[in-house]
Amino acid sequence: MLRAESVRKSFGAHEVLKGVSLQVSEGEVVCLIGASGSGKSTLLRCLNLLEQVDDGDIWFDDREITDPRIDVDDVRRQIGIVFQAYNLFPHLSVEQNIVLGPVRSRGESREAAHSRALTLLDRVGLAGRAGAYPDALSGGQQQRVALVRAIAMQPRLLLLDEITSALDPMLIGEVLDVIRDLRREGMTIVMATHEMPFAREVADRILFMADGQVVESGPPEQLFTAPRDPRTAEFLARHRG
Amino acid sequence: MTPSERQLERERYRRHRARNRGAVAVVSTLVVLGGLVFLVAQSPGWPRVRETYFNVGDARAVLPDVAKAFWLNIRLFLVAEVFILVVAVTVAIIRVVPAPALAPIKLLATIYTDVFRGTPTILVVFLIGFGVPALGLAGLPTSLFWLGVIALTLSYGAYVAEVLRAGILSVHPTQWASGRALGLSYGQTMRHVILPQAVRRVAPPLLNDFVSLQKDTALLSTIGLVEALRVAQVDSGRTFAFTGYVVAAAFFIVATIPLARFTDYLTVRSLRRENGI
Ligand SMILES: Nc1ncnc2c1ncn2[C@@H]1O[C@H](COP(=O)(O)OP(=O)(O)OP(=O)(O)O)[C@@H](O)[C@H]1O
Ligand SMILES: [Mg+2]
Repeated sequence: MLRAESVRKSFGAHEVLKGVSLQVSEGEVVCLIGASGSGKSTLLRCLNLLEQVDDGDIWFDDREITDPRIDVDDVRRQIGIVFQAYNLFPHLSVEQNIVLGPVRSRGESREAAHSRALTLLDRVGLAGRAGAYPDALSGGQQQRVALVRAIAMQPRLLLLDEITSALDPMLIGEVLDVIRDLRREGMTIVMATHEMPFAREVADRILFMADGQVVESGPPEQLFTAPRDPRTAEFLARHRG
Repeated sequence: MTPSERQLERERYRRHRARNRGAVAVVSTLVVLGGLVFLVAQSPGWPRVRETYFNVGDARAVLPDVAKAFWLNIRLFLVAEVFILVVAVTVAIIRVVPAPALAPIKLLATIYTDVFRGTPTILVVFLIGFGVPALGLAGLPTSLFWLGVIALTLSYGAYVAEVLRAGILSVHPTQWASGRALGLSYGQTMRHVILPQAVRRVAPPLLNDFVSLQKDTALLSTIGLVEALRVAQVDSGRTFAFTGYVVAAAFFIVATIPLARFTDYLTVRSLRRENGI
Protein backbone atom coordinates (compact mmCIF):
# COMPACT_ATOMS: atom_id res chain seq x y z
CA MET A 1 0.00 0.00 0.00
CA LEU A 2 2.78 2.41 0.96
CA ARG A 3 6.33 2.14 -0.21
CA ALA A 4 9.21 4.49 0.39
CA GLU A 5 12.54 4.08 -1.34
CA SER A 6 15.81 5.74 -0.33
CA VAL A 7 14.10 8.80 1.11
CA ARG A 8 16.50 11.57 1.99
CA LYS A 9 15.79 14.72 3.91
CA SER A 10 18.11 17.38 5.32
CA PHE A 11 17.50 20.49 7.35
CA GLY A 12 20.30 22.82 6.31
CA ALA A 13 23.53 20.91 6.66
CA HIS A 14 21.95 18.34 8.99
CA GLU A 15 20.95 15.19 7.12
CA VAL A 16 18.10 13.65 9.10
CA LEU A 17 16.99 10.89 6.72
CA LYS A 18 19.85 9.19 4.91
CA GLY A 19 18.03 6.95 2.51
CA VAL A 20 15.10 5.36 4.34
CA SER A 21 13.16 2.57 2.70
CA LEU A 22 10.05 0.92 4.05
CA GLN A 23 6.97 -0.87 2.92
CA VAL A 24 3.56 -1.11 4.57
CA SER A 25 0.80 -3.45 3.43
CA GLU A 26 -2.92 -3.04 3.77
CA GLY A 27 -4.14 -3.71 7.31
CA GLU A 28 -0.66 -3.79 8.79
CA VAL A 29 0.36 -2.02 12.00
CA VAL A 30 3.96 -0.83 11.88
CA CYS A 31 5.71 0.73 14.86
CA LEU A 32 8.68 3.05 14.43
CA ILE A 33 11.05 3.08 17.33
CA GLY A 34 14.39 4.76 17.80
CA ALA A 35 16.23 7.31 19.87
CA SER A 36 15.07 10.86 20.11
CA GLY A 37 16.23 12.79 17.07
CA SER A 38 16.59 9.67 14.92
CA GLY A 39 14.13 11.10 12.39
CA LYS A 40 10.85 9.31 13.17
CA SER A 41 8.75 12.46 13.07
CA THR A 42 10.51 13.71 9.98
CA LEU A 43 9.84 10.42 8.21
CA LEU A 44 6.13 10.49 9.09
CA ARG A 45 5.84 14.09 7.92
CA CYS A 46 7.52 13.16 4.65
CA LEU A 47 5.08 10.27 4.13
CA ASN A 48 2.20 12.74 4.48
CA LEU A 49 3.94 15.28 2.21
CA LEU A 50 4.08 17.84 5.00
CA GLU A 51 7.82 17.87 4.32
CA GLN A 52 9.23 17.76 0.83
CA VAL A 53 11.79 15.00 0.40
CA ASP A 54 15.24 15.87 -0.98
CA ASP A 55 15.54 12.59 -2.82
CA GLY A 56 13.91 9.19 -3.10
CA ASP A 57 10.39 8.08 -4.01
CA ILE A 58 7.24 7.45 -2.06
CA TRP A 59 4.48 5.35 -3.57
CA PHE A 60 0.93 5.22 -2.28
CA ASP A 61 -0.90 2.39 -4.00
CA ASP A 62 0.37 2.75 -7.54
CA ARG A 63 0.81 6.47 -7.43
CA GLU A 64 4.17 8.13 -6.96
CA ILE A 65 3.23 10.85 -4.47
CA THR A 66 6.65 12.50 -4.51
CA ASP A 67 5.77 13.63 -8.04
CA PRO A 68 5.22 17.40 -7.79
CA ARG A 69 2.30 17.19 -10.24
CA ILE A 70 0.03 15.17 -7.95
CA ASP A 71 -2.75 16.73 -5.87
CA VAL A 72 -1.28 16.79 -2.38
CA ASP A 73 -4.59 17.61 -0.74
CA ASP A 74 -6.06 14.49 -2.26
CA VAL A 75 -3.20 12.36 -0.88
CA ARG A 76 -3.62 13.91 2.56
CA ARG A 77 -7.33 13.10 2.56
CA GLN A 78 -6.32 9.45 2.38
CA ILE A 79 -3.39 9.57 4.81
CA GLY A 80 -4.34 10.87 8.24
CA ILE A 81 -1.80 12.05 10.78
CA VAL A 82 -1.96 12.80 14.50
CA PHE A 83 0.85 14.69 16.22
CA GLN A 84 2.24 14.64 19.71
CA ALA A 85 0.48 17.88 20.75
CA TYR A 86 -1.31 20.99 19.46
CA ASN A 87 -3.49 18.88 17.19
CA LEU A 88 -6.86 20.41 17.92
CA PHE A 89 -8.02 23.83 16.79
CA PRO A 90 -8.59 25.72 20.05
CA HIS A 91 -11.16 28.14 18.60
CA LEU A 92 -13.47 25.33 17.48
CA SER A 93 -15.55 22.97 19.60
CA VAL A 94 -14.79 19.27 19.57
CA GLU A 95 -17.52 18.62 17.03
CA GLN A 96 -16.47 21.54 14.79
CA ASN A 97 -12.89 20.23 14.90
CA ILE A 98 -14.07 16.87 13.65
CA VAL A 99 -16.41 18.00 10.88
CA LEU A 100 -14.12 20.71 9.42
CA GLY A 101 -12.10 18.28 7.27
CA PRO A 102 -14.99 16.13 6.02
CA VAL A 103 -17.10 19.19 5.15
CA ARG A 104 -14.47 21.54 3.71
CA SER A 105 -12.03 19.12 2.20
CA ARG A 106 -14.13 16.07 1.30
CA GLY A 107 -17.24 18.05 0.47
CA GLU A 108 -19.53 15.98 2.69
CA SER A 109 -22.85 17.32 3.87
CA ARG A 110 -22.93 18.83 7.34
CA GLU A 111 -25.52 16.33 8.51
CA ALA A 112 -23.54 13.29 7.41
CA ALA A 113 -20.32 14.62 8.94
CA HIS A 114 -22.10 15.59 12.12
CA SER A 115 -23.71 12.22 12.69
CA ARG A 116 -20.48 10.36 11.99
CA ALA A 117 -18.64 12.67 14.40
CA LEU A 118 -21.10 11.79 17.15
CA THR A 119 -20.88 8.05 16.44
CA LEU A 120 -17.07 8.17 16.54
CA LEU A 121 -17.02 10.28 19.70
CA ASP A 122 -19.31 7.79 21.33
CA ARG A 123 -16.91 5.00 20.47
CA VAL A 124 -14.04 6.72 22.27
CA GLY A 125 -16.26 7.53 25.24
CA LEU A 126 -16.61 11.24 24.58
CA ALA A 127 -20.17 11.47 23.30
CA GLY A 128 -21.04 14.02 25.98
CA ARG A 129 -18.21 16.40 25.10
CA ALA A 130 -19.08 17.26 21.49
CA GLY A 131 -19.75 20.89 22.37
CA ALA A 132 -16.72 21.39 24.61
CA TYR A 133 -13.68 23.42 23.58
CA PRO A 134 -10.33 21.61 23.48
CA ASP A 135 -8.80 23.47 26.43
CA ALA A 136 -11.59 22.17 28.64
CA LEU A 137 -10.50 18.57 27.94
CA SER A 138 -7.77 16.54 29.58
CA GLY A 139 -4.70 15.67 27.49
CA GLY A 140 -5.93 12.12 26.99
CA GLN A 141 -9.35 13.32 25.90
CA GLN A 142 -7.75 15.77 23.48
CA GLN A 143 -5.70 13.04 21.85
CA ARG A 144 -8.76 10.82 21.55
CA VAL A 145 -10.56 13.66 19.79
CA ALA A 146 -7.52 14.15 17.54
CA LEU A 147 -7.72 10.46 16.62
CA VAL A 148 -11.44 10.76 15.92
CA ARG A 149 -10.80 13.82 13.77
CA ALA A 150 -8.27 11.89 11.70
CA ILE A 151 -10.55 8.85 11.41
CA ALA A 152 -13.54 10.99 10.44
CA MET A 153 -11.71 11.70 7.18
CA GLN A 154 -11.98 7.94 6.49
CA PRO A 155 -8.28 7.68 5.66
CA ARG A 156 -6.81 4.49 4.26
CA LEU A 157 -3.61 4.95 6.24
CA LEU A 158 -3.10 6.53 9.64
CA LEU A 159 0.23 8.01 10.78
CA LEU A 160 0.62 8.52 14.52
CA ASP A 161 3.56 10.48 15.87
CA GLU A 162 4.17 9.69 19.53
CA ILE A 163 0.64 10.62 20.33
CA THR A 164 0.95 9.53 23.95
CA SER A 165 4.34 11.02 24.80
CA ALA A 166 2.94 14.29 26.15
CA LEU A 167 0.49 12.48 28.44
CA ASP A 168 0.49 11.41 32.07
CA PRO A 169 0.85 7.65 32.50
CA MET A 170 -2.74 7.59 33.75
CA LEU A 171 -4.03 8.96 30.44
CA ILE A 172 -1.90 6.90 28.07
CA GLY A 173 -4.03 3.79 28.48
CA GLU A 174 -7.24 5.37 27.25
CA VAL A 175 -5.53 6.56 24.05
CA LEU A 176 -3.85 3.21 23.42
CA ASP A 177 -7.25 1.50 23.79
CA VAL A 178 -8.51 3.50 20.84
CA ILE A 179 -5.55 2.33 18.76
CA ARG A 180 -6.21 -1.30 19.73
CA ASP A 181 -9.80 -0.86 18.47
CA LEU A 182 -8.61 0.64 15.20
CA ARG A 183 -6.26 -2.25 14.67
CA ARG A 184 -9.05 -4.73 15.28
CA GLU A 185 -11.07 -3.00 12.57
CA GLY A 186 -8.22 -3.45 10.12
CA MET A 187 -6.91 0.12 9.91
CA THR A 188 -3.44 0.42 8.42
CA ILE A 189 -1.27 2.29 10.89
CA VAL A 190 2.31 3.54 11.05
CA MET A 191 3.12 4.85 14.50
CA ALA A 192 6.20 6.31 16.12
CA THR A 193 6.22 5.45 19.78
CA HIS A 194 8.28 5.16 22.94
CA GLU A 195 5.78 2.73 24.50
CA MET A 196 7.79 -0.45 24.00
CA PRO A 197 5.36 -2.89 25.65
CA PHE A 198 2.54 -1.46 23.57
CA ALA A 199 4.57 -1.63 20.37
CA ARG A 200 5.37 -5.24 21.14
CA GLU A 201 1.69 -6.00 21.70
CA VAL A 202 0.04 -4.31 18.70
CA ALA A 203 2.68 -4.16 16.01
CA ASP A 204 2.78 -6.60 13.16
CA ARG A 205 6.23 -5.30 12.41
CA ILE A 206 8.68 -3.00 14.13
CA LEU A 207 11.15 -0.70 12.41
CA PHE A 208 14.12 0.47 14.40
CA MET A 209 15.62 3.75 13.23
CA ALA A 210 19.07 5.07 14.00
CA ASP A 211 21.42 7.48 12.26
CA GLY A 212 18.80 8.46 9.72
CA GLN A 213 18.25 4.93 8.52
CA VAL A 214 16.06 1.94 9.18
CA VAL A 215 18.58 -0.28 10.85
CA GLU A 216 16.42 -3.25 11.48
CA SER A 217 12.89 -4.38 10.78
CA GLY A 218 11.02 -7.47 11.87
CA PRO A 219 8.15 -8.97 13.84
CA PRO A 220 8.11 -7.76 17.45
CA GLU A 221 9.05 -11.08 19.05
CA GLN A 222 12.12 -11.50 16.91
CA LEU A 223 13.22 -7.89 17.21
CA PHE A 224 12.71 -7.70 20.96
CA THR A 225 14.19 -11.07 21.84
CA ALA A 226 16.85 -11.51 19.19
CA PRO A 227 17.85 -8.18 17.66
CA ARG A 228 20.30 -8.61 14.82
CA ASP A 229 21.96 -5.20 14.92
CA PRO A 230 24.04 -4.20 17.95
CA ARG A 231 22.47 -0.70 17.90
CA THR A 232 19.01 -2.23 18.26
CA ALA A 233 20.20 -4.36 21.15
CA GLU A 234 21.69 -1.37 22.88
CA PHE A 235 18.57 0.78 22.38
CA LEU A 236 16.29 -1.96 23.69
CA ALA A 237 18.52 -2.57 26.68
CA ARG A 238 18.12 1.07 27.65
CA HIS A 239 14.35 1.01 27.20
CA ARG A 240 13.57 -2.20 28.97
CA GLY A 241 11.30 -1.50 31.88
CA MET B 1 -28.93 19.45 49.62
CA THR B 2 -28.44 22.09 52.29
CA PRO B 3 -24.90 23.32 52.84
CA SER B 4 -23.24 22.43 56.08
CA GLU B 5 -23.14 24.84 59.03
CA ARG B 6 -19.43 25.43 58.42
CA GLN B 7 -20.04 26.29 54.74
CA LEU B 8 -22.80 28.75 55.70
CA GLU B 9 -20.44 30.40 58.16
CA ARG B 10 -17.75 30.70 55.47
CA GLU B 11 -20.19 32.29 53.07
CA ARG B 12 -21.37 34.75 55.71
CA TYR B 13 -17.78 35.71 56.30
CA ARG B 14 -17.10 36.12 52.56
CA ARG B 15 -20.13 38.39 52.15
CA HIS B 16 -19.08 40.44 55.15
CA ARG B 17 -15.53 40.81 53.78
CA ALA B 18 -16.80 41.77 50.30
CA ARG B 19 -19.03 44.47 51.85
CA ASN B 20 -16.16 45.90 53.85
CA ARG B 21 -13.89 46.00 50.85
CA GLY B 22 -16.57 47.68 48.76
CA ALA B 23 -17.06 50.35 51.40
CA VAL B 24 -13.34 51.04 51.57
CA ALA B 25 -13.16 51.40 47.79
CA VAL B 26 -16.08 53.84 47.64
CA VAL B 27 -14.81 56.01 50.48
CA SER B 28 -11.26 56.21 49.13
CA THR B 29 -12.50 57.10 45.64
CA LEU B 30 -14.69 59.87 47.03
CA VAL B 31 -11.84 61.25 49.13
CA VAL B 32 -9.38 61.29 46.21
CA LEU B 33 -11.83 62.80 43.70
CA GLY B 34 -13.18 65.28 46.25
CA GLY B 35 -9.63 66.36 47.07
CA LEU B 36 -8.82 66.92 43.41
CA VAL B 37 -11.97 68.93 42.78
CA PHE B 38 -11.32 70.99 45.89
CA LEU B 39 -7.73 71.69 44.84
CA VAL B 40 -8.73 72.81 41.35
CA ALA B 41 -11.64 74.93 42.61
CA GLN B 42 -9.33 76.55 45.15
CA SER B 43 -6.79 77.58 42.54
CA PRO B 44 -6.64 81.33 41.87
CA GLY B 45 -7.26 80.98 38.12
CA TRP B 46 -10.28 78.66 38.43
CA PRO B 47 -13.02 81.24 37.78
CA ARG B 48 -11.32 82.25 34.52
CA VAL B 49 -10.80 78.65 33.44
CA ARG B 50 -14.40 77.79 34.21
CA GLU B 51 -15.53 80.72 32.13
CA THR B 52 -13.43 79.81 29.05
CA TYR B 53 -13.59 76.00 29.16
CA PHE B 54 -16.70 75.03 31.04
CA ASN B 55 -19.22 77.72 30.22
CA VAL B 56 -22.63 76.09 30.45
CA GLY B 57 -24.33 78.63 28.23
CA ASP B 58 -21.73 78.26 25.47
CA ALA B 59 -21.90 74.49 25.76
CA ARG B 60 -25.66 74.47 25.31
CA ALA B 61 -25.39 76.74 22.31
CA VAL B 62 -22.76 74.70 20.50
CA LEU B 63 -23.98 71.21 21.43
CA PRO B 64 -26.46 70.63 18.55
CA ASP B 65 -23.92 71.69 15.93
CA VAL B 66 -21.14 69.56 17.36
CA ALA B 67 -23.50 66.61 17.66
CA LYS B 68 -24.50 66.93 14.03
CA ALA B 69 -20.89 67.26 12.94
CA PHE B 70 -19.85 64.30 15.09
CA TRP B 71 -22.18 62.10 13.08
CA LEU B 72 -19.76 62.74 10.20
CA ASN B 73 -16.87 61.50 12.38
CA ILE B 74 -18.84 58.33 13.09
CA ARG B 75 -19.55 57.78 9.41
CA LEU B 76 -15.93 58.36 8.46
CA PHE B 77 -14.89 55.93 11.15
CA LEU B 78 -17.31 53.19 10.18
CA VAL B 79 -16.55 53.36 6.47
CA ALA B 80 -12.78 53.61 6.95
CA GLU B 81 -12.84 50.69 9.36
CA VAL B 82 -14.28 48.33 6.75
CA PHE B 83 -11.72 49.37 4.13
CA ILE B 84 -8.89 49.15 6.66
CA LEU B 85 -9.81 45.58 7.56
CA VAL B 86 -9.93 44.55 3.92
CA VAL B 87 -6.56 46.17 3.16
CA ALA B 88 -4.96 44.86 6.35
CA VAL B 89 -6.07 41.24 5.93
CA THR B 90 -4.93 41.27 2.31
CA VAL B 91 -1.54 42.82 3.05
CA ALA B 92 -0.93 40.60 6.09
CA ILE B 93 -1.70 37.44 4.12
CA ILE B 94 0.44 38.51 1.16
CA ARG B 95 3.32 39.06 3.54
CA VAL B 96 3.10 35.61 5.18
CA VAL B 97 2.31 33.44 2.15
CA PRO B 98 5.44 31.43 1.29
CA ALA B 99 4.93 31.66 -2.48
CA PRO B 100 8.04 32.66 -4.44
CA ALA B 101 5.83 33.60 -7.39
CA LEU B 102 4.35 36.40 -5.30
CA ALA B 103 7.75 37.98 -4.61
CA PRO B 104 7.06 41.28 -6.41
CA ILE B 105 3.71 41.70 -4.67
CA LYS B 106 5.27 40.80 -1.34
CA LEU B 107 7.89 43.47 -1.90
CA LEU B 108 5.16 46.00 -2.63
CA ALA B 109 3.30 45.01 0.52
CA THR B 110 6.45 45.41 2.59
CA ILE B 111 7.17 48.83 1.12
CA TYR B 112 3.57 49.86 1.74
CA THR B 113 3.66 48.93 5.43
CA ASP B 114 7.08 50.50 5.95
CA VAL B 115 6.15 53.77 4.28
CA PHE B 116 2.72 54.28 5.76
CA ARG B 117 3.60 53.10 9.25
CA GLY B 118 6.46 55.58 9.24
CA THR B 119 4.55 58.60 7.91
CA PRO B 120 2.60 60.72 10.40
CA THR B 121 -1.11 60.28 9.70
CA ILE B 122 -1.61 64.01 9.34
CA LEU B 123 0.93 64.12 6.48
CA VAL B 124 -0.90 61.30 4.71
CA VAL B 125 -4.10 63.30 5.15
CA PHE B 126 -2.47 66.37 3.60
CA LEU B 127 -0.90 64.43 0.73
CA ILE B 128 -4.12 62.64 -0.18
CA GLY B 129 -6.48 65.50 0.63
CA PHE B 130 -4.63 68.13 -1.38
CA GLY B 131 -2.43 66.05 -3.67
CA VAL B 132 -4.97 63.73 -5.27
CA PRO B 133 -7.37 66.48 -6.41
CA ALA B 134 -4.37 68.49 -7.65
CA LEU B 135 -3.51 65.68 -10.04
CA GLY B 136 -6.71 66.50 -11.88
CA LEU B 137 -7.00 62.97 -13.24
CA ALA B 138 -10.43 61.83 -14.31
CA GLY B 139 -11.87 58.99 -12.23
CA LEU B 140 -10.10 59.91 -9.01
CA PRO B 141 -12.45 60.79 -6.18
CA THR B 142 -12.84 64.49 -5.45
CA SER B 143 -15.28 64.27 -2.56
CA LEU B 144 -13.58 65.24 0.67
CA PHE B 145 -15.33 62.39 2.45
CA TRP B 146 -13.75 59.74 0.22
CA LEU B 147 -10.36 61.42 0.18
CA GLY B 148 -10.48 61.35 3.99
CA VAL B 149 -11.47 57.69 4.02
CA ILE B 150 -8.62 56.87 1.62
CA ALA B 151 -6.07 58.71 3.74
CA LEU B 152 -7.14 56.98 6.96
CA THR B 153 -7.27 53.62 5.21
CA LEU B 154 -3.75 53.96 3.83
CA SER B 155 -2.34 54.98 7.17
CA TYR B 156 -4.21 52.57 9.44
CA GLY B 157 -4.18 49.71 6.95
CA ALA B 158 -0.42 49.49 7.42
CA TYR B 159 -0.70 49.39 11.22
CA VAL B 160 -3.50 46.89 11.36
CA ALA B 161 -1.78 44.68 8.75
CA GLU B 162 1.26 44.42 11.00
CA VAL B 163 -0.84 43.58 14.04
CA LEU B 164 -2.62 40.85 12.08
CA ARG B 165 0.61 39.50 10.65
CA ALA B 166 2.05 39.18 14.14
CA GLY B 167 -1.11 37.30 15.15
CA ILE B 168 -0.82 34.94 12.19
CA LEU B 169 2.83 34.20 12.93
CA SER B 170 2.05 33.51 16.58
CA VAL B 171 -0.20 30.55 15.80
CA HIS B 172 1.65 27.28 16.50
CA PRO B 173 3.08 25.67 13.33
CA THR B 174 1.42 22.36 14.17
CA GLN B 175 -1.90 24.11 13.59
CA TRP B 176 -0.83 24.66 9.99
CA ALA B 177 0.26 21.06 9.68
CA SER B 178 -2.99 19.83 11.23
CA GLY B 179 -5.06 21.87 8.81
CA ARG B 180 -3.10 20.79 5.75
CA ALA B 181 -3.09 17.18 6.98
CA LEU B 182 -6.90 17.21 6.84
CA GLY B 183 -6.59 17.90 3.13
CA LEU B 184 -7.52 21.56 3.51
CA SER B 185 -5.86 23.82 0.97
CA TYR B 186 -3.54 26.63 2.05
CA GLY B 187 -6.37 29.14 1.70
CA GLN B 188 -8.86 27.00 3.62
CA THR B 189 -6.36 26.44 6.41
CA MET B 190 -5.72 30.18 6.58
CA ARG B 191 -9.40 31.00 6.62
CA HIS B 192 -10.78 28.35 8.95
CA VAL B 193 -7.83 27.53 11.19
CA ILE B 194 -5.20 30.27 11.33
CA LEU B 195 -7.00 33.60 10.85
CA PRO B 196 -9.69 33.03 13.50
CA GLN B 197 -7.01 32.21 16.06
CA ALA B 198 -4.84 35.14 14.95
CA VAL B 199 -7.70 37.64 15.15
CA ARG B 200 -8.70 36.40 18.59
CA ARG B 201 -5.18 36.82 19.83
CA VAL B 202 -4.76 40.35 18.54
CA ALA B 203 -8.31 41.55 19.22
CA PRO B 204 -7.33 43.85 22.11
CA PRO B 205 -4.50 45.69 20.26
CA LEU B 206 -6.68 45.73 17.13
CA LEU B 207 -9.55 47.44 18.94
CA ASN B 208 -7.04 49.79 20.45
CA ASP B 209 -6.06 50.83 16.94
CA PHE B 210 -9.72 51.41 16.17
CA VAL B 211 -10.16 53.64 19.20
CA SER B 212 -7.22 55.60 17.89
CA LEU B 213 -8.80 55.71 14.43
CA GLN B 214 -11.98 57.13 15.89
CA LYS B 215 -9.99 60.02 17.34
CA ASP B 216 -7.95 60.54 14.19
CA THR B 217 -11.06 61.26 12.15
CA ALA B 218 -10.55 64.73 13.69
CA LEU B 219 -7.40 65.11 11.56
CA LEU B 220 -9.65 65.38 8.53
CA SER B 221 -10.73 68.83 9.70
CA THR B 222 -7.42 70.01 8.24
CA ILE B 223 -8.52 69.30 4.68
CA GLY B 224 -11.82 71.09 5.21
CA LEU B 225 -14.23 68.39 6.34
CA VAL B 226 -16.73 69.99 8.68
CA GLU B 227 -16.61 67.44 11.46
CA ALA B 228 -16.82 67.93 15.23
CA LEU B 229 -13.39 69.49 15.75
CA ARG B 230 -13.90 71.90 12.85
CA VAL B 231 -17.24 73.03 14.29
CA ALA B 232 -15.64 73.52 17.68
CA GLN B 233 -12.89 75.62 16.07
CA VAL B 234 -15.41 77.84 14.37
CA ASP B 235 -17.34 78.20 17.60
CA SER B 236 -14.20 79.07 19.51
CA GLY B 237 -13.45 81.80 16.98
CA ARG B 238 -16.88 83.23 17.64
CA THR B 239 -16.95 83.07 21.47
CA PHE B 240 -13.21 83.60 22.07
CA ALA B 241 -13.42 80.67 24.51
CA PHE B 242 -12.74 76.95 24.43
CA THR B 243 -15.94 75.36 25.67
CA GLY B 244 -16.67 74.13 22.15
CA TYR B 245 -13.49 72.02 22.23
CA VAL B 246 -14.46 70.51 25.54
CA VAL B 247 -17.85 69.57 24.14
CA ALA B 248 -16.20 67.96 21.10
CA ALA B 249 -13.78 66.11 23.37
CA ALA B 250 -16.72 64.79 25.37
CA PHE B 251 -18.22 63.33 22.19
CA PHE B 252 -14.98 61.56 21.32
CA ILE B 253 -14.67 60.17 24.83
CA VAL B 254 -18.23 58.92 24.96
CA ALA B 255 -17.87 57.29 21.53
CA THR B 256 -14.75 55.34 22.49
CA ILE B 257 -16.22 53.92 25.68
CA PRO B 258 -18.45 51.31 23.98
CA LEU B 259 -15.44 50.15 21.95
CA ALA B 260 -13.35 49.83 25.09
CA ARG B 261 -16.04 47.84 26.91
CA PHE B 262 -16.49 45.69 23.82
CA THR B 263 -12.77 44.87 23.90
CA ASP B 264 -13.05 43.80 27.53
CA TYR B 265 -16.09 41.70 26.75
CA LEU B 266 -14.41 39.93 23.82
CA THR B 267 -11.30 39.18 25.81
CA VAL B 268 -13.25 37.71 28.69
CA ARG B 269 -15.55 35.72 26.44
CA SER B 270 -12.79 34.07 24.43
CA LEU B 271 -10.87 33.29 27.61
CA ARG B 272 -13.93 31.71 29.15
CA ARG B 273 -14.83 29.76 26.04
CA GLU B 274 -11.39 28.29 25.56
CA ASN B 275 -10.77 27.57 29.21
CA GLY B 276 -13.77 25.60 30.16
CA ILE B 277 -17.50 25.23 30.53
N1 LIG C 1 11.95 21.89 10.86
C1 LIG C 1 13.18 21.51 11.24
N2 LIG C 1 14.23 22.33 11.06
C2 LIG C 1 15.47 21.96 11.42
N3 LIG C 1 15.77 20.79 11.99
C3 LIG C 1 14.78 19.91 12.20
C4 LIG C 1 13.43 20.23 11.85
N4 LIG C 1 12.65 19.18 12.18
C5 LIG C 1 13.46 18.27 12.73
N5 LIG C 1 14.75 18.68 12.74
C6 LIG C 1 15.91 17.92 13.23
O1 LIG C 1 15.82 16.65 12.67
C7 LIG C 1 16.24 15.67 13.59
C8 LIG C 1 15.22 14.56 13.66
O2 LIG C 1 14.03 15.09 14.21
P1 LIG C 1 12.73 14.22 14.42
O3 LIG C 1 11.75 15.11 15.04
O4 LIG C 1 12.36 13.58 13.14
O5 LIG C 1 13.21 13.11 15.45
P2 LIG C 1 12.36 12.03 16.23
O6 LIG C 1 12.94 10.72 15.91
O7 LIG C 1 10.93 12.21 15.94
O8 LIG C 1 12.67 12.38 17.73
P3 LIG C 1 11.73 12.32 19.00
O9 LIG C 1 11.70 10.91 19.45
O10 LIG C 1 12.41 13.20 19.99
O11 LIG C 1 10.39 12.87 18.59
C9 LIG C 1 16.49 16.37 14.90
O12 LIG C 1 17.87 16.50 15.06
C10 LIG C 1 15.86 17.72 14.72
O13 LIG C 1 16.60 18.70 15.39
MG1 LIG D 1 9.29 12.98 17.06
